[in-house]
Amino acid sequence: MDFQQLAHIAWLVPALPLFGALVIAALRNKLKGNTAGYLATAMTSIAFVIALLAFIAHKPAEQASALVHLFNWIDIPGMEVAMDLRIDALSLTMMLIVTGIGSLIHMYSISYMHDDKRVNTFFALLNLFSFAMLMLVMGGNFLVTFIGWEGVGLCSYLLIGFWYTVPAYNYAARKAFVMNRIGDLGFLIALVMIATQFGTLDYGTVMDKSSTVSTGSPWITAVTLLLFVGAIGKSAQLPLFTWLPDAMAGPTPVSALIHAATMVTAGIFLLVRSSALFALAPITMEVVLIVGLLTAVLTATIGVFQNDIKKVLAYSTVSQLGLMFVALGLGAYSAAMFHVTTHAFFKALLFLGAGSVIHALGGEQDIRKMGGLKGITKTTYVTFLIGTLAIAGIPGFSGFFSKDAILMAAYQEHPLLYAATLGVSLLTCFYMFRLLFLTFFGTYRGKAHAHESPSVMTVPLMVLAVGSVVAGVLNLPHIFGGHETMKHYLETAAEGIYGEHLHLSAATEWMLMGITVGLIVLVIWYAHGRFVKKTTLDAEADELPYFKRLIARKWYIDELYAKLFEKPYGWLSTQLDAIMEKRVVDGAVNFTGSSTMRIGKLVRRVQTGNMSFYLLAMVVGIIGFLMLTIWGV
Amino acid sequence: MQILFYLFAAVSILSALFVVAAKNPVNSVIALIVCFLSIAGHYILLNAQFLAVVHIIVYTGAIMVLFLFVIMLLNLNKSTEPQKSMATRIAAVIAGGLFLLTLLGAIKDGIGIANPDVYDGSVGLVKSVGTSLFTEYLLPFEVSSVLFLSAMIGAVMLGKKDKGQPDGGEISGVA
Amino acid sequence: MNDIVTAIRTVPLEHYVMLSFVLFSIGMAGAMFRRNTIIVLMCLELMFNSVNLLLTAFSAHYGDPGGQVFVFFIMLVAAAEVTVGLAIVVMMKRNVDSVDINQLNRMRG
Repeated sequence: MDFQQLAHIAWLVPALPLFGALVIAALRNKLKGNTAGYLATAMTSIAFVIALLAFIAHKPAEQASALVHLFNWIDIPGMEVAMDLRIDALSLTMMLIVTGIGSLIHMYSISYMHDDKRVNTFFALLNLFSFAMLMLVMGGNFLVTFIGWEGVGLCSYLLIGFWYTVPAYNYAARKAFVMNRIGDLGFLIALVMIATQFGTLDYGTVMDKSSTVSTGSPWITAVTLLLFVGAIGKSAQLPLFTWLPDAMAGPTPVSALIHAATMVTAGIFLLVRSSALFALAPITMEVVLIVGLLTAVLTATIGVFQNDIKKVLAYSTVSQLGLMFVALGLGAYSAAMFHVTTHAFFKALLFLGAGSVIHALGGEQDIRKMGGLKGITKTTYVTFLIGTLAIAGIPGFSGFFSKDAILMAAYQEHPLLYAATLGVSLLTCFYMFRLLFLTFFGTYRGKAHAHESPSVMTVPLMVLAVGSVVAGVLNLPHIFGGHETMKHYLETAAEGIYGEHLHLSAATEWMLMGITVGLIVLVIWYAHGRFVKKTTLDAEADELPYFKRLIARKWYIDELYAKLFEKPYGWLSTQLDAIMEKRVVDGAVNFTGSSTMRIGKLVRRVQTGNMSFYLLAMVVGIIGFLMLTIWGV
Repeated sequence: MQILFYLFAAVSILSALFVVAAKNPVNSVIALIVCFLSIAGHYILLNAQFLAVVHIIVYTGAIMVLFLFVIMLLNLNKSTEPQKSMATRIAAVIAGGLFLLTLLGAIKDGIGIANPDVYDGSVGLVKSVGTSLFTEYLLPFEVSSVLFLSAMIGAVMLGKKDKGQPDGGEISGVA
Repeated sequence: MNDIVTAIRTVPLEHYVMLSFVLFSIGMAGAMFRRNTIIVLMCLELMFNSVNLLLTAFSAHYGDPGGQVFVFFIMLVAAAEVTVGLAIVVMMKRNVDSVDINQLNRMRG
């Protein structure tokens, strides 16, 4: 099948998970055992196959993008928005990530969620999420992307609060949704501005017409800043990042799929899609850079002191996303997308591995109660090790190449920036290896009986591990003999918009790489000594000295938000309830009722029951009638 | 001719006022009888002989006597008469007056119907009324007998005493 | 017979109409403000009579016997109505022990 034909059936890719979601949801009370899980996995896998075929058939030189028109949606003169799908290099890359890693996580969940009572609902929601995410990345115009954007926010809420009987989980889900919403508002305003200015929301047309806007104009700065606000909400950057660590309340596959591989990368995807607009707004790029850097540094420091296995990974995710935004801020779009891809592999792997550990220990998530698992859960250990090596940036693994691309771009901009990003990488390395050592090395400090996970869970781990190693070849830089295939591939999606040029000399590149690797090795050696030889466990957060306590308490950001936003909002809510709800609304309704009754009581007095009065009234009426007819009064 | 008319008219109006104003119900009945007699006089003036006679027989002879019977039966006199408030009386008088004024105002420009030139003045004689009754208006005439029957039955049923009352006897079935 | 007609016509019709109106209003005012049921019934009779008079006057002036036949029927119906009405008065006296028409006010709102 050639590309055009495959583009025509590309609508199947989101439709299959949607179909799966609807069927499972309809039959959720009837499906027994693992049927829902197999169905959901099958849907996502078939979607992956179609996407893969489309990817193979895609020859950018002949046809860079295909616009698949599904149906006319809004059809008002001056504003025609159709339900379109855009199949180009960028969307194919994301499609492969979503369906590929999605299928693996679906498969993993079959075993992980096996004992849960609401397992059918879980798979329906996972499939629904896949549908929404695919609509997001395959959208042909801003509005279709926005549909997917909202959809993933909703599914995230539903899945974080999956075990809804625990109030704290509900709070976390609500927090995630509200913060997402704040971002969505920015996105929506930007949408409206774009539609007003260009008269269309279609990506191709907007990118073409973007040249009519002057660089650095207030309008373009505002639009791009608002789009970035949307990305902040969705990708958990400063100041809207506190929902992601709390989102670990959801089941581990959810954390792996949504909060590591796919949804949180939607923000980066959006910025890359709108790169034509961002290229015209240098101020916004600076803002993106600063926000990304601050987030990366801040959350990396917090991650060092976390004791919950999933929370460490959560802060690590936010930190890596920060690095991706740094790359975007520097204009290195393909470096960011490359890191998205490799991060998807190893972060999903790490999360699933964590899930395997939790499952093996019967629900324990505190790493201070773990240790010595490398002998018991062998496959999990090996895959987790590979993931950790990848995220730390050890040469040869995929993380090394993608992080290196970002570090190079940072150095090109300013050496201090390179130093900062290098610092983040070293912190990442430190806390990841701390996690690894405390979990798998040493002696077992817990009480439960540990056992290895079934193969349905370990097979996806192995596949992802392979991916973590191999994905580096996608974008091998020139100094290693690669052709930077991904960068050139992605450039076709936007006709030369990605104008990043790395013009460092080969010598500089080798030198920087050497510094990075050397420092990383030092950090690993230090962590080994600290956590394996001596097994220092951190004390409880409140017992630490002042500065460490500040970081361990997450820089008191949650408390700040509670004081700044939640309390006044709660107060306002109570006030409005007392005044508006009770007095105005209830008062108006009650007033209507009571006044009707009072008027009725008044009017009732006419019915006296007295004959004479009735006669009198009748006569008065007759007089009136006669006067009317006789004299026309 | 006209003097007779005004005489009879005066008597009618005065006795009608007395009917309305009298305290003792028996006085009202007497006044009403006088009123009826004066109206019978009007009929005679209009050469409605049959009607005059029937009017006296039916109205004064039967209906008024019935009224008197009932008043005697219920033992009504001036002391049992319920009191009226002044406001109601004034309201009634005003309403009645207004009504009269309205009606009079309607005919102030004349009735507006022309007199036919010649007609047979024998209308009103027993013969012509009788002929009319038994030819043109035969059906109402016969049906009115059914009306009387139902009135009689109704009166009898209503007049029976209930079981709980003294001298009630049994309640018999519906007639 | 024409003499009779002329004789009748010496009194203009408007006079009869006015007389009839006066009697009717008096009867109506009485029905409105007398509380004794029997008096009310009598005022009703007065109203009937005013109508009878009017009909007869018209009939006599225009030579239409239908007017007088109609009066005959009115008298008939009035007789029947008085019968039943007085029976009701007797019942009323038995039940509420008064002939005050305002005592029957259970239809009061």
